[in-house]
Amino acid sequence: MATPILTQTVDLAARFPGMVTADARPGYTGFIVNKENLLEVATAVRDEFGFDLLSSLTGVDYIAENKMEVVYHAFKTTGGSGLIFKVQVERIDPIEIPSLTHIWHGLEFQEREVWDLYGIKFTDHPDMRRILMWEGFEGHPLRKDWKEAFYEEEVKPYKSRWPEGKHTFAEDKNPFHDNLNFPKDFDPEKYVVDKEEDLYASLERHTMKDEAGKMKTDSVVVNLGPHHPSTHGVLRVAVTLNGETVMGLKPVMGYLHRNHEKIGERSTFTQIIPYTDRLDYFNSMSNNFGYVTTVEKMMNIQVAERAEYIRVIMAELSRVQNHLVFIGMLLNDLGTMFTPALYAFEERELIVDIFEAVSGSRMMCNYYRFGGVVRDVSDEILQKIKDLVFDRLPAKTDEMERLLNENEVLVGRLKGTHVLSAEDAINFSVTGPVLRASGVPYDLRRADPYSIYDRFDFDVAVRHNGDMMDNYLIRFDEIRQSLRILEQALKQIPQGPINSQKPNYQIKVPAGEAYGRIESPKGELGFYIISTGKGNPYRYHVRAPSFVNLTAIEKICIGTKIQDFVALLAMLDIVMGELDR
Amino acid sequence: MYGKGILKGLSVTWKRFWDTYIDDISWAVSGRKRYHSEEGVKHRSSKNTKGIFTVQYPEEQLIVPEEFRFLPFLVYDEGADGKKEVRCTSCGICAKACPPQCIWIVRSSDPVTGKPVATPADFYIDADICMNCGFCAEYCPFDAIKMDHDFDIASTKRSVYNLERLLKPASYYAEIRPLNYTMEEEARKAKEAAKAAKAQAAAAATATPAA
Repeated sequence: MATPILTQTVDLAARFPGMVTADARPGYTGFIVNKENLLEVATAVRDEFGFDLLSSLTGVDYIAENKMEVVYHAFKTTGGSGLIFKVQVERIDPIEIPSLTHIWHGLEFQEREVWDLYGIKFTDHPDMRRILMWEGFEGHPLRKDWKEAFYEEEVKPYKSRWPEGKHTFAEDKNPFHDNLNFPKDFDPEKYVVDKEEDLYASLERHTMKDEAGKMKTDSVVVNLGPHHPSTHGVLRVAVTLNGETVMGLKPVMGYLHRNHEKIGERSTFTQIIPYTDRLDYFNSMSNNFGYVTTVEKMMNIQVAERAEYIRVIMAELSRVQNHLVFIGMLLNDLGTMFTPALYAFEERELIVDIFEAVSGSRMMCNYYRFGGVVRDVSDEILQKIKDLVFDRLPAKTDEMERLLNENEVLVGRLKGTHVLSAEDAINFSVTGPVLRASGVPYDLRRADPYSIYDRFDFDVAVRHNGDMMDNYLIRFDEIRQSLRILEQALKQIPQGPINSQKPNYQIKVPAGEAYGRIESPKGELGFYIISTGKGNPYRYHVRAPSFVNLTAIEKICIGTKIQDFVALLAMLDIVMGELDR
Repeated sequence: MYGKGILKGLSVTWKRFWDTYIDDISWAVSGRKRYHSEEGVKHRSSKNTKGIFTVQYPEEQLIVPEEFRFLPFLVYDEGADGKKEVRCTSCGICAKACPPQCIWIVRSSDPVTGKPVATPADFYIDADICMNCGFCAEYCPFDAIKMDHDFDIASTKRSVYNLERLLKPASYYAEIRPLNYTMEEEARKAKEAAKAAKAQAAAAATATPAA
């Protein structure tokens, strides 16, 4: 089943002479756009060239050249390779770039993130506040001259560990000694935490009058979370309400932020693999998959044949358990405590047992390596997977559908509650099942095939109403398609080596950049990596589907009832480990 | 008919409810133990499991697979007179590969010449920082550091393991990872045999011209 790949080269430089130049740095692709012409070029990229889905935006700090760069990755929802364009600015504060949120609304959070972590201000952005760090935080952590607490060395491995590794506790070193920066005129004694005003000011507030025009009422602000069972972790959402109707909404995140990207830039390429497990901790196999494919792209290496099959098997098993748990937790959020969730968790346990047997850990699998996987799957475990895929999981999926699908209360709740239209979903860069449920058949396994997905016969699950019922049912469709892929992969899996490379903990990656993306169960999981030819990446960025999908939550929820908000949030299938990074 | 879907759903939960008892009774009748036995735990994590699924930790424990990894330990071979022959050569590969950098090695040196000796003077693993990724065991060229199965290690203090705490005999390693152990032993024996054959061939080659 070969999928036609649309390869159309777009020459922006020829279309916009004088405004756009091709990026000529070795190992780099794409175009460099003048800051002044960015809006014009971006509009043409969307309307003229048809790159309707702007999947990723990120910053890069080229401190040696005294430059800051913002990189945009635009794709077409009809599939094919993307268009990369960049803007370069002098690294002198204040750094300002025009915001593109009016062209692609999905950039709202990503631009805020770049402001937060790089200090690049996007002019004309509707809500330019910090997003992951707290208001009042000083500095921009991803800049190359920013140092974290307990900073030891620029890159790992640290010299203090060997050969004279006398253990010291990090906490014994005074964290306030040499890398604590106070802003000018800051007195910690007089500091009062008073930064919530910005959040509430960003919410829309209304004063309404009744029909007679006599009684005035104000809208009410309600804070959901950060500790709330329906927010799937520590997410806080400030909502303005008119009665029960949501009028405005702002998510507040970053409670689980650990600067994953800075950790990545400090680590070697191999050391990053176990850290990616901690992104979307339900699907560590998929996260590994995305990261190693990107690095393999840069290294230009082939993956061992058997390993390709093992990778697909593990990633699809991961998708099956993710969607089952999604259904269970959705019902949990709708008020059906425990029964569906526990039924789903039973199957998840069995799948996770397999992950444990092959990789050694149930959730933090750390199983993929550059060129293959870490160890072979024994025939015994392969038989276990076959038992699940051929016997148990199809039956249990059917049982789950029998349990829920026709339940009148559930149908009444889900059917007709609008989530997203196709246009909005694309404009908000929403990917994954939510996009497909609104009628866009965009699945990276078909749209931009990676690994060996082009060998399997499966359909892209798609539904057309874009309501909650479709968002719910599409998960069952995807489980079925995953099982189809699994059946074929299990039948075709060949014998052979499981890694094309020799084990090496210090790989060197050729200089250049790469953006790799896979269809994770939650959407498009992208990795943007820049290497300078050394053992550590210069830039390591994760385009987390949970984070980008959450951009649409305000659009989705305005006008709905507060009770539905909980279910709509569950629909987006967010995981805080990935959202906060 | 309104309510049909609910009844359909209830039939599923109804069936599941009885499954619990049916499975329990059939095990009881056949005289097998469904709970508190290895067989029972295995059954409950197999594809045929029905009814109650839970493993009652800590009274029962899941059987961990061989590849299960939890905190590294250092392997030593038991010498002839009970001497601990530490396999580690303090080459530092594990410390370099470790993502959270929780391994600290002191290389020992000969007191007379000052040259490094292939054995660690001390070896620390900050168990609170270790993320159980298994890279140290994976990249160790001497099979000297391996991942443990012992996960009941809750403590109220910071746990920094030193060389003494980390050392465990090769027999323990063979016990928790039998397949890996035999594989490695075979590989080692094959290597030694090849080396011996090579040495013999070399000796023969040097012996021939002299004769």
